[in-house]
Amino acid sequence: MSTTEHHMSDRDIYATSGADAAESEGAHVFNAAGGDWDQLVDEAAALHEERIVVNMGPQHPSTHGVLRLILELDGETVTETRAGIGYLHTGIEKNMEFRNWTQGTTFCTRMDYLTPLFNETVYCLGVERLLGITDEIPQRASTIRVLMMELNRISSHLVALATGGMEMGATTVMTVGFRERERILAILEMVTGLRMNHAYVRPGGVAQDLPPGAIDKVRDTIPLVRRGLGELELLLNENPVLKGRTVGVGHLDLTGCMALGITGPVLRSTGLPHDLRKLTPYCGYETYDFEVITRTEADAYARLRIRIDEMYESLKIAEQAIDRLQAVPGPVMVADKKIAWPAQLAIGSDGMGNSLDHIREIMGTSMESLIHHFKLVTEGFRVPPGQVYAAVESPKGELGCHVVSEGGTRPYRAHFRDPSFNNLQATAAMCEGGQVADVIVAVASLDPVMGGVDR
Amino acid sequence: MSDEKSDAKSDAESDEKKAGSTQGPDQPAARIASSTIGDQPGELLEEETDERLPAAPGTAFDPVVVGERRGMFGAADIGDTSGYGGLVSPVLFPAASQRPYGSYFDDIADNLERGLVGGAASFGEAVERVVVDRGELTLFVRREHLPAVARVLRDDPALRFEMCTGVSGVHYPAETGRELHAVYHFLSITHGGRRVRVEVTCPDGDAHIPSIVSIYPANDWHERETWDMFGIEFDGHPALTRILMPDDWPGHPQRKDYPLGGIPVEYKGATIPPPDQRRSYN
Repeated sequence: MSTTEHHMSDRDIYATSGADAAESEGAHVFNAAGGDWDQLVDEAAALHEERIVVNMGPQHPSTHGVLRLILELDGETVTETRAGIGYLHTGIEKNMEFRNWTQGTTFCTRMDYLTPLFNETVYCLGVERLLGITDEIPQRASTIRVLMMELNRISSHLVALATGGMEMGATTVMTVGFRERERILAILEMVTGLRMNHAYVRPGGVAQDLPPGAIDKVRDTIPLVRRGLGELELLLNENPVLKGRTVGVGHLDLTGCMALGITGPVLRSTGLPHDLRKLTPYCGYETYDFEVITRTEADAYARLRIRIDEMYESLKIAEQAIDRLQAVPGPVMVADKKIAWPAQLAIGSDGMGNSLDHIREIMGTSMESLIHHFKLVTEGFRVPPGQVYAAVESPKGELGCHVVSEGGTRPYRAHFRDPSFNNLQATAAMCEGGQVADVIVAVASLDPVMGGVDR
Repeated sequence: MSDEKSDAKSDAESDEKKAGSTQGPDQPAARIASSTIGDQPGELLEEETDERLPAAPGTAFDPVVVGERRGMFGAADIGDTSGYGGLVSPVLFPAASQRPYGSYFDDIADNLERGLVGGAASFGEAVERVVVDRGELTLFVRREHLPAVARVLRDDPALRFEMCTGVSGVHYPAETGRELHAVYHFLSITHGGRRVRVEVTCPDGDAHIPSIVSIYPANDWHERETWDMFGIEFDGHPALTRILMPDDWPGHPQRKDYPLGGIPVEYKGATIPPPDQRRSYN
């Protein structure tokens, strides 16, 4: 008994159980921590064992953050793959239960940090359906949401291509991708004030209208991004090295996608034109003219090409959206003053804050306005009890949000069905039987973002 | 205060109109009652007139009580100075619906009923409640029949819900005997994006729900997450281990009795308590 206790006290805290320790007894463990690799390889080779288990990650640069892949290798062939996640779990869903409904956007925007506007929008669509105000959302607010989401889709896809290229050693793809993404982020920054984690979409509408000059900036940027995408296409589409690395790699057919609940570009690479923007439109997507891109090869190369083509479609939607925004002014927040955020924002000498008109009204002229402002900001609005599930087509697939209200000023429960979380389940199906080097390509073609996976 | 009263009064009046009372539109008696009783006109009025009684048995269902709210502002730790400290109001979730459910929901119910014929349980045995709320259909399924229902949802050509977009847990500590809920969402691509929600409950003391991973393999990680966060054991899951929290973590963090955690933060001489210990207005 005493030996067991001793064993328990100084064991590796990441070891799972005594049974595991017993099982691994007799196995040779090599720790690669940046020391002498040749020595390590010699040591391993001296054992004449072909089958080894490798921990790739959670700090590996090609795992999109802190994904841990447990690979069982037979020489260069992967015989078994398991994904270990949870290293970026931050308890966002739990935290949201302790903040009011409006503050929720500030939390959920941080889940999948490459698609913040999708996270905010799906949450707000859920809250709005709970409130029963879906039809009262101003047209202009929905159009701004569409514009911002489509720009965000481009920036997310660009990161997918850029980091995917980098992981294969193509640093030019990375620099071109990030250069173009920077143009998009400049627009997002101009409109929301932040490059990511915007908290811009709010229950009832959006935080504020587009600032002066934003539409012109979008109009000026779109041709530049289109030209940058052309450059990426020239670099990638027929590149023999890239095709050698991606064609036929990470294959997952329609049956596999259906069984594993895969959505997004991975599903569309099997030929199924599944896109929630067409299937169950939200935010007025049914009024925009765009195509759902599909291919039939079901491999990493097809997914890459789909992402490129989808960015062109997003540019098309963004152009239609800015035409509408230019034509029709209007409110960007629901008219119901019991829900709408009371303060209007304005640029002052010390940066952005509550507009002076609003301050003057609540401090000088209207006690009722002051009370309203105070109640809405400190306490928040109440949402009738019930539950809803809202879903949007994020760049990675179906992003769902299950929100439950108990009638209070805070979410009783907010659960997010992140597409990366679901899609990562396909790593085993995509990687087993392939080469070690293809694991990286296959995972990159899923485009997982660990902030969304672990939440 | 005056707003409250007039709101309550107009509510009572509109209720009377909905009930289709045979009295004239004026109803002087009801008026008097509501103005003298003040805060709870509805309850007493129901006793006074036959027309305002709850619907006859079998014609409509009552809302589901999932908890209760005390006071006006949800302050649990300190006195409520608003004068409403003694107010106790139930938290009412939408009541069970009756046919016709509207939209494509009748179609789903009909096909599920037909699909379950010949199986272990009929529709009436498997589904304890059908709720249509906010344009969404929820089937409350008894836990032992969940796999059968899921299989019909997936395999029946008229239903064909190819995708289960995961399971989400909800903890209702006040619902004795059914504290833990597992909420599944299904999507049918074949039938143009139809969705249905299946809700399964289990008591805290016997937190077992059959796994549907054998039917929807995509639910593998989702069920692990719900086990991790709520402690619902999905029987038959191939490897039900924690997924987001470390393997040796004690407790299930998304339960309502699990604290949020956090430490007080000092800023410019003032100390701000962690979010779950601040004064709340929920």
